[in-house]
Amino acid sequence: MPGETTDPVSRFLEGYVPPAGVPDELLQPDGEVRPVWAGFIKRLASMPPEKLAARMAHGDQYLRDAGVHFRRYGADDATRRDWPLSHIPLLISEDDWQEIAAALTERADLLERIVADLYGENRLVSEGHLPAALIAQNPEWLRPLVGVKPRSGHFLHFVAFDIGRGPEGRWWVLGDRTQAPSGAGFALENRMATTRIYSDIFAGANVTRLAAFFRAFRDTLMDMRAPGESRVGILTPGPMNETYFEHAYIARYLGFALLEGEDLVVQDGRLMVRTINGLGPISVLWRRLDAAWADPLELEEGSRIGTAGLLRTVRDGNATMVNALGAGILEMRALQAFMPRLSQLLDGKALRMPNIATWWCGQKSERDHVRANTGQMTLSSAHATGLAYETGNIDPPEADLDAWITRMGPAIVGQEQVRLSTAPAFVEGTLRPRPMSLRVFLARTRDGWRVMPGGFARIGSSPDSNVLAMQQGGRVADVWVIGRQTEPAETNLPRPDGTFARTPPGALPSRAADNLYWLGRYVERSEHLVRMLRAHHARLAETDTPESPLLALTRQHLEVFGCRVDHPVPEALVQTIGAADGSAGHVSDRFSVDGTLALRDLHHTVRAFAERVETGDDAARAMSVLLRKLSGFSGLVHDNMYRFTGWRFLSIGRALERAANITSCLATFAAPDAPAAGLDLAIEVGDSVMTHHRRYTVATNRETVLDLLALDELNPRSVLCQLGDIEGHLDHLPGSGQHRQMTPLSRALLKARTDLALQTPGILDTDILRRLSAEISDMSDQLTLAYLS
Amino acid sequence: MLYDIRLTIGYSYPVPAVGGRHLLRLEPLERPGLQKCLTRRLTVTPEPVEWHHRRDFFGNDTVEITLASPHSECRFESVARVERHGSDRLLDVSPRPADLARYIGAARGLDPHSPHHFTGPSPRITPHVEMTHWARHATAGAATTLDTVRALGERIHEEFTFDPNATDVHTEALAAFRRREGVCQDFTHVMIACLRGVGIPAGYVSGFLRTVPPEGQPRLEGADAMHAWVRAWCGPQMGWVEYDPTNALQVSADHMVVACGRDYADVAPVRGVMRTSGEQVTRQSVDVLLVNEPDQPGSVPVIT
Repeated sequence: MPGETTDPVSRFLEGYVPPAGVPDELLQPDGEVRPVWAGFIKRLASMPPEKLAARMAHGDQYLRDAGVHFRRYGADDATRRDWPLSHIPLLISEDDWQEIAAALTERADLLERIVADLYGENRLVSEGHLPAALIAQNPEWLRPLVGVKPRSGHFLHFVAFDIGRGPEGRWWVLGDRTQAPSGAGFALENRMATTRIYSDIFAGANVTRLAAFFRAFRDTLMDMRAPGESRVGILTPGPMNETYFEHAYIARYLGFALLEGEDLVVQDGRLMVRTINGLGPISVLWRRLDAAWADPLELEEGSRIGTAGLLRTVRDGNATMVNALGAGILEMRALQAFMPRLSQLLDGKALRMPNIATWWCGQKSERDHVRANTGQMTLSSAHATGLAYETGNIDPPEADLDAWITRMGPAIVGQEQVRLSTAPAFVEGTLRPRPMSLRVFLARTRDGWRVMPGGFARIGSSPDSNVLAMQQGGRVADVWVIGRQTEPAETNLPRPDGTFARTPPGALPSRAADNLYWLGRYVERSEHLVRMLRAHHARLAETDTPESPLLALTRQHLEVFGCRVDHPVPEALVQTIGAADGSAGHVSDRFSVDGTLALRDLHHTVRAFAERVETGDDAARAMSVLLRKLSGFSGLVHDNMYRFTGWRFLSIGRALERAANITSCLATFAAPDAPAAGLDLAIEVGDSVMTHHRRYTVATNRETVLDLLALDELNPRSVLCQLGDIEGHLDHLPGSGQHRQMTPLSRALLKARTDLALQTPGILDTDILRRLSAEISDMSDQLTLAYLS
Repeated sequence: MLYDIRLTIGYSYPVPAVGGRHLLRLEPLERPGLQKCLTRRLTVTPEPVEWHHRRDFFGNDTVEITLASPHSECRFESVARVERHGSDRLLDVSPRPADLARYIGAARGLDPHSPHHFTGPSPRITPHVEMTHWARHATAGAATTLDTVRALGERIHEEFTFDPNATDVHTEALAAFRRREGVCQDFTHVMIACLRGVGIPAGYVSGFLRTVPPEGQPRLEGADAMHAWVRAWCGPQMGWVEYDPTNALQVSADHMVVACGRDYADVAPVRGVMRTSGEQVTRQSVDVLLVNEPDQPGSVPVIT
């Protein structure tokens, strides 16, 4: 049979055997490749395996470089996980897609009508179509919002549906996501990674692009703003959220501010953002925060991530929430039991795409049905909002299940167990069928609902349909909607996957400025500590007298920073670097990915060192490693970071910290009664050994050291140079340009700088240095008061 | 009955608060036929920069205020003259406890008085098997829903010790239940949890209680605080019946209602968010004085 062995596709698909009883996306029941996959599979099959593996590695590399991650919650902590890309995209023909899109558009409209009734007239309940108990007991039915009409006229603006293909080949809705659906940004990243893997195939495959969908939604959000200077923001719960990376990514991609609850403040019933220019109006929030946490005054009282008074702005019609607060009620699993009837009632027809069969056990006949069919049912909480295979499943007791169902009654639902279709995944070098579900995104635009042509597919980690969740090791794949047309896309379309026009940067939120300022300070402080520790340990390694006066001084100086040198890598250093990493995590939408990764690497390294490094020479060498990594980070920031206002805060933080540290270093090591070797140490910690050598022909003495490290404006390590830099940055901050009027901060700075500039090395004594230290620390308070609080 | 009510609540902060936002439910409610406010005044010091009045979901008068300038003290004062009519002790026409579920199921609609809001968990109350079990014992043999409510209230009054130092405003119902002590808020939460556990819809009422002085002694001014009690749904005919477990009595003309809700979180007199640090100190005083000439409002000076 030479014909068989030479067909590369057959060889490639060898061992790809879909389980019986469910359809496979790739193969027809007769084992032939479906037409929509044919071209793609042929190209894959013709590639040498090692080349294919290299391409996939290339896609993974892209995701790592871009820092794409999500958080996985373990028993006691949340750790970052790399994005689990399944390298084989899911291919769907445009015809199939059109039907999916039409059915889900109908469903989105139906859901809008239901939620509008639940927060409006409530006729579905009062006329007996929905049980009152079900709504009243659901924590997502938010009483403070009952009777409140959304400013935009709609509750739903951006929704997602999880759908899967069942045994008969039909698509089923597995879950409705209306609270704050995540994944749209990840879908974009999947696309970026996948196009890198298959750059040549993708170009000719008529894959519908995603950018136009995002552009349309972005324009819609902009249109919903109040007139004037009002803006749009993305509201995130913060960096500890599972999908924070995506929030920051979407904010960057669409050019909207990424905001946390404390960035917002309510004034006279209007929503405002705290910025370094003062309060600025904002009227549209695409929220990624669950509604219950949005306002501690009226909703979850323990919330520390919300904004007090937010509900009032909604009630007064001054803010549009995407989606409306309270829309999460639609995710309630028990609602699926009523959807077929509600569709008949409200639309006069059956659901175009059914959802998985669901029985609410609060009604006798339904309960009896569940009791009689427990073998084919998943039992779960009626109010659960997760997906059938994700969360909310409760463990029914082994014994006496029947009595348990009767007792739980209205609290539970039974759902028909779904067996999902399989799609190809690359497992250990070969193609394998794995269960699959799709997440499809819909955005309401000026012209009605628009469906993202793609979304993402979840691919199970094992052949079992119940293991689709990413938290359990499932993977995600890009979805390619393959068009019929072979001719190139129309040319009058905007450039697909292109960038948006440059928009003027909005005012910097105070919290972001604060984080950048402290990032600058922590990084600089880390550098100072590392240099001082290196100097200490290098001398310790060379001496027989660890009690020498100089080592006593370094010990004392480090202790001011909480660093105890009896541990070679003091906890305070690990914490300072951790704080820098933490600050960067809060501003990752304004900060280069490379910089974030460099800091994370630094943090990781210092923690590893803390475990194993030993006192003396080993510690000195470890500090050199940290120093190189710190320099790498600083290089990235100063070479690559866009010179926006945030960069100035980062730079001010760095300069202020450096000025403070050098000043106190000089006060200690260049004091008249300090040991003579202290001067060399100061020069070393000030990274100015070479400069000193070049500028002064003599060995170090007190005057040369003070001249170089305090007064020489050309030395980027000197105090005077730092103060000059800060002055330069202040000129660009808001409030400084008006009538050249001095602020308390600029006045304090000018005084400190002038006082220092008028000194000579001969008269600059320890008292003056100590006073300067105090002045620098006051400047930080002034800056905080003026811009950061 | 005509009462003059004065409530003051004061907070002091060790570090001045730089602004804050509060939701206040401090003024007696207008309840047609039962409770009429002849005069009502709420004052806040320092002067709020924003003042916004509305009715919340359960129909309570709610004021949202914003304080702007830094302040280390904050004071709320609610003064009112209230005419209160007791409801006559009605004939007990509540259903048998076993039949109540059917009546609840038949109640459609989600208006604020619907029993459906008051059957399951709410922000501060989670029914617990331990309390439910105890409640079943305590009310075994009660012939009607109302009997069940009374039996439970009396049992709590008998078994629990009133002790203001045993619990605080954050104590959970189960903790107070296990200790068998607390204040009116705890007794109310425990009773609500028990009632919901045995299938009777129950809610929280905050308000004022006239303190009857012991004979021959002057009334102690300022010795009281805001009070709390229970309302239970006793079927479609009787509707909501209020019961005070702290004093083991069915509520009548001695209780003045400020707010109703599912539990304390819905009716908290002062719910606030402010930017400060450190432990705050709270002081509260309430005076509820009976006015002698009920038909001539204004003839007796309002205490301010």
